[in-house]
Amino acid sequence: MSKKSILRAIRQNQPQGPPLPDLPSFASDAPEPLAAFQAMVAAMGGQVAHAADFPDLGALVSAYFPGETSVASTVPGFPGNIPMQDIASPAELETVGLALIPAQWGVAENGAVWVSEKDSLFRVLPFIAQHLIVVLAKDRIVSNMHEAYQRVQIDETGFGVFIAGPSKTADIEQALVIGAQGARSFTVVLE
Amino acid sequence: MKHAQKATRFIADEPRTDWHDQALWFVRQKRDLAVHSVPEWESLRELASQIKLHTLANLAEYLEAFEAKAQANGVQVHWAANAEEHNRIVYGILQNAGVRKLVKSKSILTEECGLNDFLEANGIEVTDTDLGERIIQLRDEPPSHIVLPAIHLKKEEVGELFHQKLNTEKGATDPKYLTEAARHHLRERFLQADAALTGVNFAIAETGGVVVCTNEGNADMGVHLAPLQIHCMGLEKIIPRQADLGVFTRLLARSATGQPVTMFTSHCHRPKPGGAMHIVIVDNGRSEHLGRPDFRNALKCIRCGACMNTCPIYRRSGGHSYDVAVPGPIGSILSPGIDLKKHSDLPFASTLCGSCSDVCPVKIDIHEQLYKWRQIAAGEGHLPVVKKWGMALAGQVLSSPQAYNLAGKLARRALKILPRFMLYNPLNDWGKSRELPIAPAGSFKEWYRKNKMHEPE
Repeated sequence: MSKKSILRAIRQNQPQGPPLPDLPSFASDAPEPLAAFQAMVAAMGGQVAHAADFPDLGALVSAYFPGETSVASTVPGFPGNIPMQDIASPAELETVGLALIPAQWGVAENGAVWVSEKDSLFRVLPFIAQHLIVVLAKDRIVSNMHEAYQRVQIDETGFGVFIAGPSKTADIEQALVIGAQGARSFTVVLE
Repeated sequence: MKHAQKATRFIADEPRTDWHDQALWFVRQKRDLAVHSVPEWESLRELASQIKLHTLANLAEYLEAFEAKAQANGVQVHWAANAEEHNRIVYGILQNAGVRKLVKSKSILTEECGLNDFLEANGIEVTDTDLGERIIQLRDEPPSHIVLPAIHLKKEEVGELFHQKLNTEKGATDPKYLTEAARHHLRERFLQADAALTGVNFAIAETGGVVVCTNEGNADMGVHLAPLQIHCMGLEKIIPRQADLGVFTRLLARSATGQPVTMFTSHCHRPKPGGAMHIVIVDNGRSEHLGRPDFRNALKCIRCGACMNTCPIYRRSGGHSYDVAVPGPIGSILSPGIDLKKHSDLPFASTLCGSCSDVCPVKIDIHEQLYKWRQIAAGEGHLPVVKKWGMALAGQVLSSPQAYNLAGKLARRALKILPRFMLYNPLNDWGKSRELPIAPAGSFKEWYRKNKMHEPE
C-alpha cells in the first residue's frame, strides 16, 4: 500500500490556502418554488401530475399508464402488483414496467427530487423500471441545491440520489434521446 | 506524432471540421444560457475556487478523514501511487471476488491509467456503459472529449458500427433507434455483470462517500445490480463537506452541457445489503503537481469540459489530436506535468485568448498556465528547431529599436520581391494555408510621424 508515501508527498507539497468559506443559500434570489419546480420538471423532460385531480393514486396511475401490468410500488398504502417482500435479488426487478417511489424533497431550480434507499427499498428500482413515478408533498420543495443539501442527510442510508428526469443521452451527434439506460419517463405526483 | 501534425490530418476534411466546430460551439452556447439564468454565478465560481484551494492546502488531512469515515461506513479504501498500482489493485479486487464480467461507467481516471487494456489482457470482459463510451469502445479508440466521448463521430458512422456489432438495420442512422438498440444490448450486460466500476465526481471527507453524476443512469444500473462496486478517484476529487455539494452540483452540469443539473446525482456511502464496496484513491503524479506553485491550482478541475467546448483550437483540431486522456486546454496544462518532453507541444496548441479561463467554473487560470508551460518547455530545450531559432531571433529583434526598424523595412521589401518558394515553404508555418498580407508602403511609425504633422494646430 502506498498510502504513507502518498500522504508524505502531499504534506511536503501542500501550499498555504484560504479558510473554508461559509456558504450562503442564495435563497432570496430564487423565484416561488412550487411554480418554478413544476416548470423545471417539464423542461427536463418529465411531467407533473396532481394527486388532487384524482380520487386516489390508483386512479392516477391508470390514467397516466393505462394497461400497465407490472407495477412495483414502495409508496405506503399503494401496493402495486409486484410483491416487493418476495424480491430476493435486484436483478428480478428487470421486468418492472412502472415503479412508484416516495420522494423526500424537490428542488425548484432544476426539477430534481431526492430519493434514498429508504424510499426505494432497492437501490436499482428507480433506474431499472421502464417508467418512474415519484410522489412528493407540495410543501417539501426548496428553491435550490444549497437548501436541498441543508435538509437532506446524504449518508443517512447507504445510497441516495437526486433524480431530475428520465434517463437521457445526447451522445449521438448531440441529438437528445429520452430513455437511455434508465427510466424512459419521469412523473412527479404532487400531493 | 505532435498535435499540429494530427490536427493537420483532422482539418483535411473541411466540412467535417466545421461540423465539429459547430457541434461544440452549440454546447458552449447552451452553457451560456444556463449560466446567465443564475444571478449568483460569479459568487458560485469564487466559492468553488475557495473551497478547492482550501482543500488542496489541507489535502492530506481531508484524505485521511475521508478514509476513516469511509471505512467506518464499511467501505474498503485502497491507495495507488501510480497507474500501474491502480490497475493491479482493481484487478486484485476483481480476482478475489472471482469476477469475469465488469461494467464501467465513465471514468477519465481509468483512461489515464489504461485500465481497460490491462483488465482485458488478464481475461476480464470490460463493458463501458455510457453510450458515447460504448461507441468508442466498440470502435477500439479513446474518447475525444471528457464529457462527450463520441463527439467526433457522425450518426452514419455510429449506425454502421452498430450494424456490424449490434445487428441493427443496415443504413439506420436515427439516434433514437440506435440508442434503443444500445439500451437492450447494455441491459443484458448490466444483468450479467459480476462487478461495476465508476469514476467519482466528488468525494466528501465529512461523510466518507462518493458522488457520481450521469445523465443516462448507467452508473446506477451497474453499481446497484452487481454485488461488487468499485469507485476509482484521483486524490483531488475530495471536497470537505456535504454542503459544498450545493456549490459544485450547481456549477458542474451547467458548465458541461448547459443543463441545470445532471439527471442523476448519486451518493454512495455504504455497500448494498450483501454486497461489497471499494474506493481506490489514485495519485499518479498529482502529489508532485501539488508542489508546482504556478501550476498546482489546475488540481481544482472538476472535469466539466467547458474549456474544450469554448477553445478555438480544440474545436478545430479534435480531441484525438492531443493524444492524452484529458485533451483541450485543461489537458494541455496537466499533461506537461506528467511528461514534459512528450507533451511539450500541447501548451502551444492555444491562441492564449483566455476563453478557457473565462468559462472555468472553478477559476483555473488556464491560459496563464499555458503561457508559463511554454516558457518552461522552451527553457528545457523542448522547442522544435524552427520555433527555437525563430523565437531567439524575434527576441533579439524586438529588444532593439534599431534592429526592429531595420527588420520591418526588410520584411516589407521581402514580401514584395521574394519569389513564392522563399515565403511559402515548410520552414514558414505562417505561410501555410494562407496568403501573407500585402506589405504596406511604410511602418506605422512613419505613417504616424507624417500624419501627426498634418494635424490642425
